[in-house]
Amino acid sequence: MIISIEYFFWLAGLILLVTALLTFADRNHPRRLSTGLFWLLYALVFLIGDRIPPAIVGIGAVVMALIAGFGGVGHGKHDVLPEAERRDSAKRLGNKLFIPALLIPLVTVIGTVLFKDVKIAGLPLLDPKNVTFVSLGIGCIVALGAACWLTRDSVGQGMRESRRLTEALGWALVLPQMLAMLGLVFADAGVGKAVAHLTTAYIDMSLKLVAVMVYCVGMALFTVIMGNGFAAFPVMTGGVGVPILVGMFHANPAVMAAIGMFSGYCGTLMTPMAANFNIVPAALLELDDKNAVIRAQVPTALAILVANIALLYFLM
Amino acid sequence: MEQAVNLWPLVGVGVIILGFVLRFNPMMVVAIAAIVTGLAASMPLVQIFSAIGTAFVKARNLPLIILLPLAVIGLLERHGLREHAQNWISKIASATVGRLLIVYLAVRELTAAVGLTSLGGHPQMVRPLLAPMAEGAAENRFGHLPEPVRQRLLAFCAATDNVGLFFGEDIFVAFGAIALMHTFLLSSNIDIEPLHIAVWGIPTAVCAFLIHAVRLKRLDMWLERELGGKAPSAVPVTSGAAGTATKTGE
Repeated sequence: MIISIEYFFWLAGLILLVTALLTFADRNHPRRLSTGLFWLLYALVFLIGDRIPPAIVGIGAVVMALIAGFGGVGHGKHDVLPEAERRDSAKRLGNKLFIPALLIPLVTVIGTVLFKDVKIAGLPLLDPKNVTFVSLGIGCIVALGAACWLTRDSVGQGMRESRRLTEALGWALVLPQMLAMLGLVFADAGVGKAVAHLTTAYIDMSLKLVAVMVYCVGMALFTVIMGNGFAAFPVMTGGVGVPILVGMFHANPAVMAAIGMFSGYCGTLMTPMAANFNIVPAALLELDDKNAVIRAQVPTALAILVANIALLYFLM
Repeated sequence: MEQAVNLWPLVGVGVIILGFVLRFNPMMVVAIAAIVTGLAASMPLVQIFSAIGTAFVKARNLPLIILLPLAVIGLLERHGLREHAQNWISKIASATVGRLLIVYLAVRELTAAVGLTSLGGHPQMVRPLLAPMAEGAAENRFGHLPEPVRQRLLAFCAATDNVGLFFGEDIFVAFGAIALMHTFLLSSNIDIEPLHIAVWGIPTAVCAFLIHAVRLKRLDMWLERELGGKAPSAVPVTSGAAGTATKTGE
């Protein structure tokens, strides 16, 4: 391939390295050394993570977790333009300000839809396994160029802004990756089997409604624990869906699968384990309560779960 | 006929639940849970660290989506993107938070359903555009927002992006989840068309839209109750330095 995701790992590593160095150089930073070390370690994961022994990376990840756990990831004071200046600039630039922001999703979509299968001299242009990520990366570079041109500001200022937002996110930026790691460790250790055993072994499922409820609620609960509906689906569908809903009650497998997965998504809306959807946005929007997004979603999720049970019961 | 199932790995789940309930730092809780789970499965320590490291490197693509847009978003915010988004929405007199978010929900769900999932998202859409617009629409009606109200609005913006994405993407045939379901059912000797799985997702997708839209409508009513008495809805009493919102009347 011509444009590999590897390049964007290096770019991310570089951005984090700059963030770490700026933090080390920031004399007024309340947690200068520990914060700098945290971002430096994270930068190394991107720059050389696949070239050093995995056990070293593992120890690095645990050290990062300890720094975060003991409150070592802080943020400094960042200079922002005064409110009046921002308003002037907003007035002057007007709707043009939307252009770079919209360029990111636009370029991503163009990349994923139009350039997905483009080949140059037999080589795929975009990393075929990571088309979305690579397109997004290109979108961000294009948008940064447009933003610099539009605002007459420098890439260096862009780096400082990136550091401001990275520090506002703090450890929440790393959490999705930690949770994905935990999911793999859970799978290795057989957590799925144990949970499926607990949800299915003690309930009498000779009533159709009970079986439907066990399947849907089980999908949601399992997703709450694992943070991911994809991990729950094989376990619950193998344990309840196929043998009982299809085997005993002759459900349409397509209906069962579709509604089962959506029941899992109800779980995703309710769990801090799905950090990239629930915890990261709370950090990005700088909310005091890291669970505020989950709180806003729980009533919707529960109502959809009930709707799913009814739909599966009547449609299967 | 029951096979003995090893329940020890569940200790890791226990650590997670305990850690979140006691509000320890989630990153540390997750690291400890991984180590405890490994120990419960009687893995040696070096192997546990190796497993953690391998998985950590494998998941490096996750933070890219969040990290890479930050420079652009930060730069635009420095030059007034949020202020402009607020002004822009204040020109639409009929805009309320609920209506804005219902439109966003519909667009997000429909575009996700045809595979355009990257049109939304928290770093590139919610923080720079949707959140300031929702804030602007509310301030336009009710004047200065008390902090808890403002934070609730922002949480709803993020929630709406999630609901729209989740219940839209799964009715797109080429989406990964459909392939996963299809493959798994094949392994259980059930062969169904992926298209059928996608189509049977539509009833839930419709329910999800209706349920969340009703909640957004009620969010408007809640705002009206909380703040409606303080400022007449037609006159935007914008706070402090927000002098540029000079629109009056409907």
